[in-house]
Amino acid sequence: MTSILFIVFLPLLASLVAGLGNRAIGNVAAKSVTTGALFVSCALSWPIFIGFLTGSAEAGVTPVLHWVQSGTMTFDWALRVDTLTAVMLVVITTVSALVHLYSWGYMAEDPDQPRFFAYLSLFTFAMLMLVTADNLVQMFFGWEGVGLASYLLIGFWFRKPSASAAAIKAFVVNRVGDLGFMMGIFGTYLVFQTVSIPEILAAAPGMAGSTIGFLGYRFDTMTVLCILLFIGAMGKSAQLGLHTWLPDAMEGPTPVSALIHAATMVTAGVFMVCRLSPMFEASPVALGFVTVIGAATCFFAATVGTTQWDIKRVIAYSTCSQLGYMFFAAGVGAYGAAMFHLFTHAFFKALLFLGAGSVIHAMHHEQDMRYYGALRKHIPLTFWAMMAGTLAITGVGVLGVFGFAGFYSKDAILEAAFGSGTELGRIAFWAGIAAALMTSFYSWRLVFLTFFGKARWAGSEHIQHAVHDDHHEADHAHAHGGHGDGEDGTAGYHPHESPLSMLVPLGVLALGAIFAGSVFHHDFISEGSGPFWQGSLVFSEHLIHELHDVPLWVKLAPFTVMALGLLIAWYAYLKNTDFPRKFVDQFRVLHQFVYRKWYFDELYDLIFVKPAFWLGRVFWKAGDVGVIDRFGPDGAAWVVARGTDVARKVQSGYLYSYALVMLLGLVGAVSWIMAG
Amino acid sequence: MIGIEHYVVVSSILFVLGVLGIFLNRKNVIVILMAIELILLAVNINLVAFSAFLQDLTGQVFAMFVLTVAAGEAAVGLAILVIYFRGRGTIAVDSVNRMKG
Repeated sequence: MTSILFIVFLPLLASLVAGLGNRAIGNVAAKSVTTGALFVSCALSWPIFIGFLTGSAEAGVTPVLHWVQSGTMTFDWALRVDTLTAVMLVVITTVSALVHLYSWGYMAEDPDQPRFFAYLSLFTFAMLMLVTADNLVQMFFGWEGVGLASYLLIGFWFRKPSASAAAIKAFVVNRVGDLGFMMGIFGTYLVFQTVSIPEILAAAPGMAGSTIGFLGYRFDTMTVLCILLFIGAMGKSAQLGLHTWLPDAMEGPTPVSALIHAATMVTAGVFMVCRLSPMFEASPVALGFVTVIGAATCFFAATVGTTQWDIKRVIAYSTCSQLGYMFFAAGVGAYGAAMFHLFTHAFFKALLFLGAGSVIHAMHHEQDMRYYGALRKHIPLTFWAMMAGTLAITGVGVLGVFGFAGFYSKDAILEAAFGSGTELGRIAFWAGIAAALMTSFYSWRLVFLTFFGKARWAGSEHIQHAVHDDHHEADHAHAHGGHGDGEDGTAGYHPHESPLSMLVPLGVLALGAIFAGSVFHHDFISEGSGPFWQGSLVFSEHLIHELHDVPLWVKLAPFTVMALGLLIAWYAYLKNTDFPRKFVDQFRVLHQFVYRKWYFDELYDLIFVKPAFWLGRVFWKAGDVGVIDRFGPDGAAWVVARGTDVARKVQSGYLYSYALVMLLGLVGAVSWIMAG
Repeated sequence: MIGIEHYVVVSSILFVLGVLGIFLNRKNVIVILMAIELILLAVNINLVAFSAFLQDLTGQVFAMFVLTVAAGEAAVGLAILVIYFRGRGTIAVDSVNRMKG
């Protein structure tokens, strides 16, 4: 399977060409090279995936280079392709290729386009390395590469202080998770004496029940390893506790949000848990931990999503929440369902983000939904794309007939959580149902606020700027005379539909959002899916069986809460628009708590950031300036300065003092010789 | 009886006077020249005394050379002094410090 080499390394090559060539090769060349490379990768990925779908392909490893040979530790660069990887390959390359294309339109006015496209391709390469990794170290390479690329992309507009701060935050929070991942890898090597994933997975069941000394206590080996590895996944996949970077990452350009913070990078944690599922299966405690964290994140992020005003922030919290679904699916053992949700989610979340980007583009970089409204008629294609995304994420569908993508995957997760029969599974189920209600509410709220109701554009500074500039150019306002600005809330602004390069990706992703669930659910999560996965993750026939046997009300619950959420959103934002304000007045404290994202940022600021700055200041002022500089460089300089002051006095210029020194020297020398 | 020791003592006293004359003198460059003459004379006394004592004429011949060089040196020194006085208007030693770095 040599095509995998092209799939993985073409983006790297394109990234190098665009990044190193930069201004020398110009915008169009850089964009063509990267976009072209990604489309080739994408075109090569689908046949592999289809091969696994039809069962004609088999898992294989393509060696690339020797890497490390040290004592008993040996591992190489090698690209592993199995079903799990194939699923990730199509997700990554498809979304990435479309995001590249989309960026032609979205970033058209940016002065640094080659750099942007180089970063995008670099990111794609790192992610592909991650999912094709055959050993944990190579996975870590991809893991860190992804972190680096996300840092570069979030801080792409680095002249904006908030973007720079968000980039640093994302990097630092990810480092916390990476520490867990690294310790997990070290521990795994310690226990299994190898970093090769297949060998580890083969040996994992045998290690269940053994203990290991950690932090001075004895723990269950697999529990320690899995929880450490999962901490890495928590950082990358923005799970509760390490989620704070994801909403801030919205400072990056919108295509980046779609690519990294929705479709691919944040799914790395889910992928890792699925890839190492035999390890997790060996530790019920770790699985319980995964379930609890996933359910908590799912619920928490959904609550925050209901109160935010920034369109990208709503979708960011939605991502966080959906990742929570995937994790608790993995936690109850439904890895197939987790991967299926990852697969469908990639389509509709990328669609939602790119759609939001299209709205932002149309609204002259206004991101606050309070200043949207009535955009349905002005940007109809974007509207329909967003509708497809919203229908998919809220899980609209009729049992046994047809459903949008989220209908199959989310329902499967909820049913698996219920069907697992454990106490934690039940808790996760109810958290998931509550989150589904809120998902429906905030998704429809977003649609209603953006596309329906009255235009409220006049209040936006961005729009005012745009209109103001227009008037200077064409002086339209006076031609219209009394046909006043702002009476209808539009401030005389005319939103424009996005260019074709942005609409095509929206269309393709909309197809994915509509059909990905119904086309693939049989392959991913039916009772006959075992052969499809080919053992690339733990696939429990038993759980799938349970999943189909859950009571009818469990099957209907997601749809019911979806309808309820839609109803509430409709009532609050279309029917009775005073209602949200009254509601907030009623529950001021609760709203403030949720609106402030449960005060996580403030808490971390207090516990970690402030002490870190304080400690840094102490080391700087007292340690560095006070001790090292004072006795080191500054001290040496002081001694030299004082010494030269003294030495300078010797050179008085008076002949007789020189003569005296000569004489004394002569006397000294002669005495020395005579005495010797 | 006046022995070699007396000559050596006298010449040593003269030598030290000459050296001190150079270093302690803060007034006048002419005094430095005179002090140098004094040092040279102290050396001459030594040369002649030892020449007589050791019955070797070489010392006395050398003393003649020293006298010659001393005369030349005095002439050159005084000439420099005159030029210097013309330029600076003073020959006070304390103001001669142009070699200061």
